[in-house]
Amino acid sequence: MPTLLVLGASSDMGRATALIFAKNGWNIQLAGRNIENMQAMGTDISLRTGSTVSRHLFDALTPENHSDFWNGLPEVPDALLCTVGLLGEQRRAESDFEHADMILQTNFTGLLTILGLAATTFETRKSGTIIGISSVAGDRGRASNYVYGSAKAGLSTFLSGLRNRLTRSGVHVVTVKPGFVHTAMTEGLNLPPLLTAESEDVGNSIFRAVQKKKNVVYVKSRWLLIMTVIKLLPEFIFKKTNL
Amino acid sequence: MILSNWGNYPRIETNFESPRSIHSLTQLVAEKASLIGRGLGRCYGDSALNDENVVSLLHLDKMLSFDADAGVLVAEAGVSLGEIAEAFVPRGWFVSVTPGTRFVTLGGAIASDVHGKNHHISGTFGQHVIWFDLLTAQNGVVRCSPQENEDLFRATCGGQGLTGLIIRAAIKLVRIPSAWIKQRGFKARNLTEIMEAFERYNTDHFSVAWIDCLKQGESLGRSYYMGGDFAKVEDLPLKNLLKPYTVPSPHNLSVPFDLPSCTLNTVTVRAFNALYYGKAPRGESEGLVSYHSFFYPLDAIHNWNRIYGKKGFTQYQFVIPKEAAFEGLSAILKRITASGLGSFLAVLKLFGKQAKSSGHFSFPLGGYTLALDFPISEKLFPLLNELDHMVLDYGGRHYLSKDARLSSEVFRRGYGKNVDEFLEIKSCWDKDNIFSSLQAKRLKLVP
Repeated sequence: MPTLLVLGASSDMGRATALIFAKNGWNIQLAGRNIENMQAMGTDISLRTGSTVSRHLFDALTPENHSDFWNGLPEVPDALLCTVGLLGEQRRAESDFEHADMILQTNFTGLLTILGLAATTFETRKSGTIIGISSVAGDRGRASNYVYGSAKAGLSTFLSGLRNRLTRSGVHVVTVKPGFVHTAMTEGLNLPPLLTAESEDVGNSIFRAVQKKKNVVYVKSRWLLIMTVIKLLPEFIFKKTNL
Repeated sequence: MILSNWGNYPRIETNFESPRSIHSLTQLVAEKASLIGRGLGRCYGDSALNDENVVSLLHLDKMLSFDADAGVLVAEAGVSLGEIAEAFVPRGWFVSVTPGTRFVTLGGAIASDVHGKNHHISGTFGQHVIWFDLLTAQNGVVRCSPQENEDLFRATCGGQGLTGLIIRAAIKLVRIPSAWIKQRGFKARNLTEIMEAFERYNTDHFSVAWIDCLKQGESLGRSYYMGGDFAKVEDLPLKNLLKPYTVPSPHNLSVPFDLPSCTLNTVTVRAFNALYYGKAPRGESEGLVSYHSFFYPLDAIHNWNRIYGKKGFTQYQFVIPKEAAFEGLSAILKRITASGLGSFLAVLKLFGKQAKSSGHFSFPLGGYTLALDFPISEKLFPLLNELDHMVLDYGGRHYLSKDARLSSEVFRRGYGKNVDEFLEIKSCWDKDNIFSSLQAKRLKLVP
């Protein structure tokens, strides 16, 4: 049975995706900060699917520990899913630079070590899949969320480069851009129903993307259209918009 | 937000909370003056509606443990029976009792004390609950079982969420030999024949009948009986023999928007009924169907409630004791036919005797239950008021989980001294009536 490692397992998308992989016969390694939460989640997943689930402490904000974490895993996973992320508060990040830095670290720079370690291991092994949850917010900088957006843009570009590097070693990299999703992160926000997915939809898209070796995935295809239009708008028009 | 339950009637504006932990759930109970818990919103009327606060339990959605020797599953209240089946049918287990939809939560199944096609053999859902933990208004989380806090246990099984919030429960699963049902069908030409069929086939583990409410005279009560039990492995065709617990995944059709309210009228319902009855084989027949299509035929069409249009619908479900059932059902069916208000779905079932220890507001009693769907219209309410009294006169009562309009007088006559016993228990555990619903107010269970 193949194994999936989930970084940021306590997130709604992490849990939903782990469950879908487990239903399809994968074993799961849950990694995150909240061991108690992962305990309950792991029990739930193995009760529902019969898969083997292990739990591991992982914090994106302490990259100095990532090497120990990676080497301490009971087995090298077949696929790695990174759902670590922090939306943060844009207005606060405009003057509170520690907060801005936290957003950047959680969504991007804090992930470079672990993604790099996995990339090298998979490259040597000549197999494996790396799945990163990026965001449509990274497709173009907007006043409403450009700190988060720039971190996700960094991640998207990093994943794109990684894909380019690893493809010759038979390692596949998937970039997922979920759009709006009903999760703890977006709780209380008024999201447009036609553009909003559920965590299960994200999980299903990811599973399909891994099977079909897709490169960049928009969970709701409407987002691909919207973001294509937004990316094509000339800057002198775009800068006046309020999206 | 605007909220309604399955019947889309009534629709109300309320504050909706969806806490992610028992800690925040406890805080809500401490802060709010009035609230009701809610699961998947599959009760039809206003049991899970409160115009101040509605608290969703859907984030309490983890399975906690399973003891394979005893067949006991412990899960949080927001886990649905469909999820339990999805996880455990492949391992040869099923819930002891299931209603006609798999989209019902564990908490909801207890709060409604749901029944299923096996009521005559297995009783209600509550009889297979080993224990549950209830978040109460005054005493925090309380463990309830038939042995521990048994009065609160009884009041909560079927108590429509008025005693507190069910947060987790232990339930008994049953062993099944396969995921297929060996089904028996029987075409009954009238009420006498269908009632005879229920008696004749009373050893069928599951039984139910679809009944045509628009037929009169000699064909009054024309029905189609469906009975069956889980198929033994040797009854399966060769191709399923090696994988007895694998069934095709259920179809997923969906009604994408509210259809015009006039979609269902006497003409279309008559046509549907004629087709449905006509296509069934004459007399007795047998077949093999997956557990999905046997237990949950309507789940195959997501949002089927939308066929009733924006105004919504109500389901009228009552039970009449066996002795009075023939006379009562005949009179009621005649009255409905005369009214010209077509009921699209009508389901008849013979209940077994209700256990003495069952919940105060647990619905079933030994006799026939009939469930009818009616689109909401002005003419409907006077008819239902009339039917209410007919049901009571024949010694019957109504199912609260379907109700959106019963009067407190009718409710009190139906449930008798159980109402007073329930209120006494509620006053011990929730003296300020924090747990309250629109239904509870209408039925005068809370001020």
